[in-house]
Amino acid sequence: MTAAAPAPPGRRVTAQAGFETRTLLSNGEQLLVSVILPAMALVGLTLASVPDLGPGRRVDVAAAGTLALAVVSTAFTGQAIATGFDRRAGVLRLLGTTPLGRGGLLAGKALAVLSVLAVQVAVLGALALVLGWRPSPAGLLPALVGLLLGTAAFVALALLLAGTVRAEAVLALANLVWVLLLGLGVLLPTSELPAPLATVARLLPSGALGDGLRASLVDGAWPWAQWAVLLVWGAAAGAAATRWFRWSD
Amino acid sequence: MAGAVDVQELRRTYGPVVAVDGASWSASAGTVTALLGPNGAGKTTTVECLEGLGRPTSGTVRVLGTDPWGASAAHRARVGVMLQDGGLPTTVRPLPLLRHLAALHERPRDVDALADRLGIPDFARTSVRRMSGGQRQRVALAAALVGSPDVLFLDEPTAGLDPHARLEVWDVVREEARRGACVVMTTHSFEEAERVADHVVIMAAGRVVADGTLDGVRGNRSLEDVYFELTAGARR
Repeated sequence: MTAAAPAPPGRRVTAQAGFETRTLLSNGEQLLVSVILPAMALVGLTLASVPDLGPGRRVDVAAAGTLALAVVSTAFTGQAIATGFDRRAGVLRLLGTTPLGRGGLLAGKALAVLSVLAVQVAVLGALALVLGWRPSPAGLLPALVGLLLGTAAFVALALLLAGTVRAEAVLALANLVWVLLLGLGVLLPTSELPAPLATVARLLPSGALGDGLRASLVDGAWPWAQWAVLLVWGAAAGAAATRWFRWSD
Repeated sequence: MAGAVDVQELRRTYGPVVAVDGASWSASAGTVTALLGPNGAGKTTTVECLEGLGRPTSGTVRVLGTDPWGASAAHRARVGVMLQDGGLPTTVRPLPLLRHLAALHERPRDVDALADRLGIPDFARTSVRRMSGGQRQRVALAAALVGSPDVLFLDEPTAGLDPHARLEVWDVVREEARRGACVVMTTHSFEEAERVADHVVIMAAGRVVADGTLDGVRGNRSLEDVYFELTAGARR
């Protein structure tokens, strides 16, 4: 008998996070959704005069919305599609038999999402600064809180989707939701939407994340109401994913 | 070490379907056990329970003395698994994948040597998605071996391989047993069982219909004849 032994838990999780991060960043489609499309949205919204983005300097409002879009792209769309196809290929089952285990796999995925998000914030933030973005210094800390709460809520939604429907349906739904959410509070402030739609959008995680980041980065506010909406969505989706997530297709 | 793998009165149902119906057998360290049976006999379900991927409806399974369902990372590090569907991420190349899996272990095998042994460098620049079935099988086998496990579960390890590759895999499996590992593999190949296994378990309709050494099971007949006699009418 050999002395086969697992690597320490921290090393296993960081190894998985590094592997997933490299896989995400080397995937052309994922890069398109995570960085290139948000960058195009940022440039387009900043330079154009429509749609109306409401009060505040246009570049400041657009930059905050673009960061919200980055969260939705990576934490929801990217993670749902990657997890859905990994589930179909049996990857989740195989990794569950390794020293990583299911808990380590989820921790690794969470860390990978945060790593990709850090890259997105750096790239999109730098581009926004070039375009004239001046975020409120008082809003940087609450914006970080908003980014983390939004990431948690959208990862929970991604796992709920990826763990309950077939991979092809995950692909279609994740992309469709990404497009729909653009106009439901991510890039467009909910205040600029027609009244009934605005009410709905404020209760969606997209509206809460987008409005929350705009309130922090434009006005330096601590948007408690939007954070509460994100917390409720995160808790509900997390509970549902825990209950219904299936590790194999 | 005797009884590295122990299955006692295992029963596994999926709603009204009985996949495994009271199976009992065990396998020892340093041996290769071939699990044979028609499609739907309960082989993969049994192995999944042993891998910790399925939970017995009743009965017990033990691997290295441990219940594999919810077992610790320390236990999982001692068990290598090759799934029937591979379970490999499709967008990566084989060597980065194997290096990643090696990083989950404290004392993994040398990945380059393992890859050389299985001929993986020949297609090292191909992503899993673009590999042939046989190439994927070799990567999946390497993934199971990378932690130098004490118990190996191989679900149809040579399915889709050409004759040369099958011989290489058989050599690797025998080497693992000589090293002291307990190897359990499912197969539909009588030749494979006769060339590689020390111990044969034949399942039919969820039950064990033969269990013993290769010579003990086949007596003075061929394994194929014994198999067809014991599994006649058992396909489902």
